[in-house]
Amino acid sequence: MSESESAAAAAAASSGSRNGAAVPALKVTGVTKSYRHVQALRGVDLEVRPAEVHALLGDNGAGKSTLMKILAGAVSHDHGTIEVNGVEQNFAKPADAQAAGIETVYQDLALAPSLSPGENLFLGREIMRKGLLGKLGFVDRKAMSEAAVQQLQQLGARTPTSHVEVEALSGGQRQAVAVARASLWGTALIMLDEPTAALGVAQTTSVLDLIRRLRDERGLSVLLVSHNLPDVFAVADRATVLRLGENVLTTDIADVTSTDLISAMTGGRSLGDTAEASASAHADAPTTPKDQS
Amino acid sequence: MTTTADEKRLNPLVKIAQSRRLQSLTILGLFVLIFAVFAVLSPSSFLSQTNLEGIGLSASQVLILGAGVTFLLIAGGLDLSVGAIIVFSAVVAAKIMAGATAALEGADRLGWPLWGPVVGGALAGIAVGTLWGVFNGTVIVKTGIPPFIATLASMTVILGLAQVWTNGLNVSGAPSELQTVFGLGRMFGVVPWPIVIAAVVVIVLWIVLANTRFGLRLYAIGANPESARRAGINVGRYTVAVYALVGALAGLVAVIDVARFTTATVNGYSAIALNVITAVVIGGTSLWGGRGGMGGTIIGSLIPATLTSGFVILGLQPFWQNVAVGIVLLLAVAVDQYRRRKLSAQ
Repeated sequence: MSESESAAAAAAASSGSRNGAAVPALKVTGVTKSYRHVQALRGVDLEVRPAEVHALLGDNGAGKSTLMKILAGAVSHDHGTIEVNGVEQNFAKPADAQAAGIETVYQDLALAPSLSPGENLFLGREIMRKGLLGKLGFVDRKAMSEAAVQQLQQLGARTPTSHVEVEALSGGQRQAVAVARASLWGTALIMLDEPTAALGVAQTTSVLDLIRRLRDERGLSVLLVSHNLPDVFAVADRATVLRLGENVLTTDIADVTSTDLISAMTGGRSLGDTAEASASAHADAPTTPKDQS
Repeated sequence: MTTTADEKRLNPLVKIAQSRRLQSLTILGLFVLIFAVFAVLSPSSFLSQTNLEGIGLSASQVLILGAGVTFLLIAGGLDLSVGAIIVFSAVVAAKIMAGATAALEGADRLGWPLWGPVVGGALAGIAVGTLWGVFNGTVIVKTGIPPFIATLASMTVILGLAQVWTNGLNVSGAPSELQTVFGLGRMFGVVPWPIVIAAVVVIVLWIVLANTRFGLRLYAIGANPESARRAGINVGRYTVAVYALVGALAGLVAVIDVARFTTATVNGYSAIALNVITAVVIGGTSLWGGRGGMGGTIIGSLIPATLTSGFVILGLQPFWQNVAVGIVLLLAVAVDQYRRRKLSAQ
């Protein structure tokens, strides 16, 4: 049994009600979106399986951002359907997407720099004190801090959590806090927008570790929006490529090379050529396909 | 593991991050030093009950307003209009009280015939202040005009309306009983009421700011409004609420003032908004939002009054107080700015 299959099975088991791993965590069918005369999405299909890291690729203007905003509930789509764990959803506002179990980590992380990691994790969904104090609006900082420590440890991130402002953390640690927040609340899908764009080599490695743990230890599905092909080959199980508002390729990462993905993104080659192209590209491709064992 | 390198990098940064507490402690040390110097140089006069009470009374207005402005600055706001709101609210309170008093001329003035209108006038003053605060907050939220300009404009409008209404004349005639019982009265015959009220306001708001969800969310909004919005917090509603709080406290100060002098002063309070901001910023609350606390505000409010009284007792010109406070303000903001640059540079 492969690693991703066993993780998928674990996720299915943990959710209890699902029959096997057949129901996708996210299923987008024929979604369109127009801004005035510009058609940003021309009918996009996307399927993210339970407990998989799915890369969403595309050149600038391909529609990645629009699709992300739709899935985050920030923008509503014109036509098509969105299903989360088999249930059709219509997001009118970000809270609807969150309620459906989709959490988004934006590129700017959206953390409050002068608050602690614990306070950031629970911002907007604070743990209240018990009894009368809680009814009076008192928050339980200790409980939030402890939960934050636990959450970050589960993700293998050694981030100082109490009495430290997020602003004092390194870029990778801040990313860990943002991912931990998403994984604390997301039950179906975590969307990550260019999570390593601002990071150095070492910090990138730890963020990629974090993404693997979301999948392997938490059984979560991850939609990784990225320009960075080495990252995609390092962590993704499958990828979908968008071009000019349509999905032009969905594939197992193991079956393609970066050349294939780039040609799909740029439209440089027609898809019929990929077999031949990948055969020649494999020899000099810098990135080896992901080891599935 | 890469995190060990991260942790090593963190240490000096943690120290910088903690410098907000350092700033509060520094300002506390400065206050203790000032207090000690005056106490040693002139123990009999400076430490007398009359003098300490005087310091408390003159600091009480800034304390009450400063408690609200601490909330406001932490949430990333600013309010230049508090002085104008005080004048307007005082006029409302004084007009109601004076009208009732005049109507009772010659009648039995004891009991509810008198205290009804007095309490009504006080509540009306606070309510009107709150409404002006709601007005400020709504304008800022709906138009997106920076708070500095929006409240500069509202200050001019509110003060202008109060002047038009009163022809620029003070409103006198609030009942003298209010002055004897409350304005100049003492709780249990010991502590002057204005000091008691200031203490209660500051303590309650301190607890709210440090412990409740409301307080926590204000820090979040001031630190990064967008992150608060994405976390599902209704930033606009919280913003209006803090401006309303500041307006209500301005109304409270107005009522206390009417009670002390039986008169609404139309031409006072032109500098109080800036004095309050000064006190709060000296106390370590950031002008850029997201950081600060009530402890610093208390000390920041006490420093100017303490300096003034000390200089008077020592026979120095009390105006040196302005010079000293200005310099401390400059230092406080410079430290805050330096720390912010250090943090965002990494």
